[in-house]
Formats: sequence, C-alpha cells, structure tokens
Amino acid sequence: MGHLDLELTERCNNNCVHCYINQPADDLFSKEKELSTGDIKAILEEAASLGCLTVRLTGGEPLLREDFEDIYLYARGLGLKVILFTNATLLTPDMAELFACVPCLEKIEVTVYGMNRRSYEAVTRAPGSYQAAWRGIRLLLEKNIPVLPKGVLLSSNVEDVKEFERWAAGVPGMNGLPSFSMSLDLRGRRDSEDKNKNIRKLRLSAGELLQVYRGRGTEYISEMKEFCSRFMAPPGDRLFSCGAGVEGGCVDAYGNFQACMLLRHPDTVYDLKTGSLKEAMTRFVPEVRAMKASNSDYIKRCALCFLKGLCEQCPAKSWMEHGNLDTPVEYLCEMAHVQARYLGLLKQGEAAWEVEDWEERIRSFYGYHNKSR
Amino acid sequence: MDITISLDKTYTVSEDVVAREIEGEIIIVPLVAGIGDMEGELYTLNETGKAIWSRLDGHTVLREIVEELSSQFEASAEDIKEDVTGFVSELVKRKILIEVSQP
Repeated sequence: MGHLDLELTERCNNNCVHCYINQPADDLFSKEKELSTGDIKAILEEAASLGCLTVRLTGGEPLLREDFEDIYLYARGLGLKVILFTNATLLTPDMAELFACVPCLEKIEVTVYGMNRRSYEAVTRAPGSYQAAWRGIRLLLEKNIPVLPKGVLLSSNVEDVKEFERWAAGVPGMNGLPSFSMSLDLRGRRDSEDKNKNIRKLRLSAGELLQVYRGRGTEYISEMKEFCSRFMAPPGDRLFSCGAGVEGGCVDAYGNFQACMLLRHPDTVYDLKTGSLKEAMTRFVPEVRAMKASNSDYIKRCALCFLKGLCEQCPAKSWMEHGNLDTPVEYLCEMAHVQARYLGLLKQGEAAWEVEDWEERIRSFYGYHNKSR
Repeated sequence: MDITISLDKTYTVSEDVVAREIEGEIIIVPLVAGIGDMEGELYTLNETGKAIWSRLDGHTVLREIVEELSSQFEASAEDIKEDVTGFVSELVKRKILIEVSQP
C-alpha cells in the first residue's frame, strides 16, 4: 500500500455551490457518525504497517476536526508524509507554525474559489471566507510552507482564471499551470437531487470550456500532446482502467474503505469496522477491479472510445450520475469530444468510438509536436 | 560543518526522524524541519548502509561494528572502516544520527 486517502469529515465551514460531499459544519448527525481519534490512529497504524508512505487528509474541511493536530502529528510520527487538502480558512498562526516545524513533506493543497470577495463568496456562500482563506494562504507562504494552489472553474469565476494563473505562477515551487476542477461531480452520496440540479447548471458549457483551453495557449497544446501520446486507447469492457485501489485507497469519514475517493457505490465499499485494510487491499479490491461493464451503451461507446485519457467517464462518475457503475455520462462524453475536436483529434460530427485510425491520429498529433520543439 | 567521527563512540538514530522498513528497504522519514538537505525527499539506504544501520543500536561503539562487519564481509578492514565512518559522518551531518553521550 503506497498511499491512503483519509476523509476526516464530510462537514465543511464553506457551503460551496458545486460541492459533491459537504455537510454543514455544525451537522451533529454527521459528526457523531465520524470515526473517533482512536479509530483514525488505528487505521493510520495499519496503513503504515502495510507500507503506506503518504496519507492524504481531506474532507469536507479536515481542519474542522478538533483533533486535527493530534491526527496530523500521529501520522507524521508513524513516518507518513501528509498531503493536506484544505480551503485554508481555518488555518491559524499556531497551525502554520506546526507545519513549519513538523513539515507535511508534501505540498498543502489549497483550493482557491475566486480572486475577489464577490467571486469567491459566490462559490462558498460563507461570508468572510474570502478574507479568511487569503489570511490562511498568507500564513503558509510567510513561513515558506510549500503550497499547491488549485482552482475550480465555474461560470461565476471563469473571469478570474487569468488572474489566478498569474498569482499561482508566483507561488514558490509551482511548475506549470495550476490545475482546475472543471467537470463538477454530482453528490457523492446521491443525497440531494436539488443540489445535483444546481451543480449541473454550474458546469461550464462547451463554449466556456473551449475559451479556457484557448486561453491556455501553446503550453496547453504541448501538455496535451505529451498526455495523449501516453493515455489514449479504448479501455474495453473492464470497468477499471484507472489505478483505483492498486497502490492504495480511501477511507471515508465513517470507516468505509473505497478503491477511490469518489467511488461510493455499495458494491464497491468495504466496511473497515468488520474487517481490515489488509483484507480490503488484498481480497476486496481485486474483486472490484475485475468488474466488467454490462450496459449496452457503454459496450457500444465507452469500451471502444479512444478518448479515454480526455474523458472522465469511470464507475464513480456513473455512480454519482446514474446510481450504477457503467451508464455513460453524457456531459463527460460531450466535454471529451469538444476537447478532442479542439486538439484536432476528431472532425466535426465524428463520434470517437467510430474512429478506426485513432492510433495514427495520436501519432500524427504527437509527431508534429516533436518537430516543433 | 566539519564532523569528527570517533570509532570509540556510539551513535543512534535521532528522535527527529522515523526509520521505516518497507519491502526490504530502509527509508528514513524526517519528522522536523531542517533534517539534512532532503527537502521532503525521503532517504533510502543502500545495502552497505543497511548493514551499518542495523548495528547502530546506541550501545555498540563503531570500532566493534567495523570488526563485526570485517568478519562477515570480504572487504578489507580499512575499506569497511572508511565505509562506516563515511556513512555515520554523512548521517550525523544530516541530523539523522546523533552521538550517544557517555555516562
């Protein structure tokens, strides 16, 4: 086991319009179900005994947990590197001092929702969160704590992209452009159709997506040529062509093991309260990864589609959108096709699963890149 | 910083690092800032390092470690002494090992 994602809570002090998981910060029902400090330490211990080197502490907002520092120091004391996902709003000078003295050994990943109060709080719906987040980010940067800024692209903050990229370029240790969440996920627990409706409305249109790609210029094209040369091929009918569960997995806030952070379909979840990480990794994950698609649309389209690397279709996305593991997600399909057409891999009106000379197209795309260097 | 390593002294692992054995490799994970020049990179020992490391128990002086290794490996005692002092010197410099105070 190389890594473990640990969701410390599903609660968050922000109330982001697009979020797939958040529960209110003061939701006692969620809080009472959460793993205890002792449970979490036991999971960390077992992970370390299985060779885990890196643990990602995420949420919800992990800093909401009153025992966060205890958990963090325990993980580091086991010789684990820590990747912290946070919105930075709850960072205090004491916490920044802690990260300076006992470093995570990985960058702290901070999601930035906007570059001004209006755009930021239009996303978080939490008054004061803009000021709190930037105070937190400054606390980290002032102490030279490595930070990896990330963005979320919504119609409400798409105007901030250039400013965000300029700011991110000045963050020490940044290599290349910051990453953005672009294809917003629906609710991971399928708990609110109303929230799902909102999330669908917030997704970028094909035109807005193209605007973002165009704005990224030649650097984006170069990155994609390298990427496409490595990650494009039809996946066939096996559902898992990704690395879910191979080198590690995720434990949710309530002690359920998942092969990946988004995959919460009941057939793919293992209860650690009645088992162990070792059994989850050695027995349960191989069973999950051997699953095959049976949906006829998936077999006719996704299984034959060479846009695998550009498309985010996966069992977790099917779960969130349709409640099963293999119904194609039309939005993701459309976005992948838009991107492929922009890159010249598809002609107008072509469906990627019908393209027979896809290998030649990838070679030609990559070859041109080599000549232009 | 010059580090003087004495064969008549004992050394042990600093409390500022965690040494982990993963799939036969010994990996040293810093706990606090300022451990050597690792900057987040973990430090993995080679075979020679592992042989020396496993004998650094905080009780055995380096001279005994050199003698033990000389009886087990074909290299000359002089080469082994150089390996041991070089290894310990580097890890003391990186604050991974510390000298044990004499009682």
